[in-house]
Amino acid sequence: MTALVLRQGLLGPTARRLLRHPSFVLGAVLFGTVVVLALAAPWVTEVGPNRMAVRLRFQPPGEMFLLGSDNLGRSMWSRVVWGARLSLLIGAWVVALNAVFGILLGLLAGYFPRLDGPLMRLADALMAFPAVLLAIGIAAALGPSVTTVIIALAVVYIPRTARILRASVLVVRELDFVQAARAAGATDGRILRRHILPNCMAPLIVQLSFVFAYAILSEAVLSFLGLGAAPTEPSWGILIAEGRSYIREAWWLTFMPGAAIAVAVLGLNLLGDGLRDVLDPRLTVERT
Amino acid sequence: MTALLALEAVEKHFPVVEGVLRPRVVGHVRAVDGVSLALNPGETLGLVGESGCGKSTVGRLALRLLAPTGGRVVLDGTDLAALAPAELRRLRQRMQIVFQDPMAALNPRMTVEEIILEPLHVQGRRDRQALRDRAAELMERVGLSPEHLRRHPHEFSGGQRQRIGIARALAPGPRLIVCDEAVSALDVSVQAQIVNLLAELQREFGLAYLFIGHDLAVVKHVSDRIAVMYLGQIVEIATKAELFARTLHPYTRALVAAIPVAHPRLRRPRARLTGDVPSAMAPPPGCRFHPRCPHAEARCSAEAPALRPVLPGHAVACHFAERFLPSPPRPNP
Repeated sequence: MTALVLRQGLLGPTARRLLRHPSFVLGAVLFGTVVVLALAAPWVTEVGPNRMAVRLRFQPPGEMFLLGSDNLGRSMWSRVVWGARLSLLIGAWVVALNAVFGILLGLLAGYFPRLDGPLMRLADALMAFPAVLLAIGIAAALGPSVTTVIIALAVVYIPRTARILRASVLVVRELDFVQAARAAGATDGRILRRHILPNCMAPLIVQLSFVFAYAILSEAVLSFLGLGAAPTEPSWGILIAEGRSYIREAWWLTFMPGAAIAVAVLGLNLLGDGLRDVLDPRLTVERT
Repeated sequence: MTALLALEAVEKHFPVVEGVLRPRVVGHVRAVDGVSLALNPGETLGLVGESGCGKSTVGRLALRLLAPTGGRVVLDGTDLAALAPAELRRLRQRMQIVFQDPMAALNPRMTVEEIILEPLHVQGRRDRQALRDRAAELMERVGLSPEHLRRHPHEFSGGQRQRIGIARALAPGPRLIVCDEAVSALDVSVQAQIVNLLAELQREFGLAYLFIGHDLAVVKHVSDRIAVMYLGQIVEIATKAELFARTLHPYTRALVAAIPVAHPRLRRPRARLTGDVPSAMAPPPGCRFHPRCPHAEARCSAEAPALRPVLPGHAVACHFAERFLPSPPRPNP
């Protein structure tokens, strides 16, 4: 009872509704587990991800190795957990770049009609390519590295985020309180910062949760194709690429990182669905 | 008396653009087409007309929320178009607006205190204690409790929200408030409260109101003078008593006849209007009202009538205004 009262006092109504939303809670638990394991990697793994034990190669999942061992006798559990760090790091960077540039470009395009045409035509041009194909093109042009993957995925998803924000801005900027602010003498900067952006956050947050999921997925694709991180730094995509050659003999080399991706992406999507339902019930599904 | 606000032959034409690859202007919506008005200090000028006649656009032009495509807007002898952006921002303290929809007029993410004080914040006021006192004073003045300053708009009823909107408009100490359908969205009982509040504030602060509405009964109640708009133009403007004693323009007559009368003996035969409002993109030639006018003659479709004084303080844009002059004084319900 005390806990309930405390919770009601500390959290706003939005947070309380989120905690009652089943898909948000399940998504948060799934994705939260992945994040916690990634952060706690040194403490939840007994051996390092690159520690080889050649005599113990291709051990199936079991007592010795929770998730089995790979062709060099490295622990798949350790590799998947440490791999989560890189995959999540890349996802977080893509989300951060998306937030910054998506907000900037979305606000500019939505608020200043003069910029709308040029910016949205540019966005159309980028969105005309299938997301993964464009990312492959950019990553191939820049050369394989983690930074490349982040830049490529940011470029792919920023137009989509900017477009969603622009749509909200177009609606909000016509509302009377924006006119009232202008009548009071507020500058464009203040109107954008205090009035428009705060009222456009709901679809943006939802979109960013989906961008996180797609970034993890696309990073795996790019790494699998050899355009991502160096093989010495395992990300989930790299692990799948490495395991591919042994898929007939040792299914767990590809299955385990694949399952990790599935859990993380599923968690984020459920979380995003929940956020969408609670923050903005009117929003239709806007998957990229 | 010099006018506080003067609109001189103000026009607002919105371009209509068609074509995706080669966009070109195919016409203009003539939302406001040559409107001249003068508003004296402390006076209420009612502006009535049906939806889409351009009355709200006039309000926005008066506050320079929109830039006119022709004519001048002069506040206190200053042409608003001639001001640098910073000067215009400072002048905005003297003119404020109250909106129709109390839901959309307040930013749902701000507290009432932030909302009310915004006009002062944007003018660079940073003296926190003085601002807080001012917010409390404004809340009390519009009949709300200062304890509610920390709340958000969704915690208030429609009438209370409208009071918050009025407090915000009062904050910088304006001389002119544009009330854009300020009571149209409210229940009748709440409407009366807000109208009375506006009247009290007018007496107390010497405010001038440009009161925009579509309900002639409400506009009649609050206004000193009334201007009637039809399709972007003023067709009749007169003092309230004069307008209702001698309604000269056929369109105004139809509007007046549409006011419901409670007493059965005072009911008059209705002069119903037929047809729809023509498009503001292609207004009819001559008098814009002639296709719907029961008294239209050949001249009406050829020659546009000017808004001309017919009686002292009573101007009409109708060729045949004099014909309606000997009409007996109407009973005033």
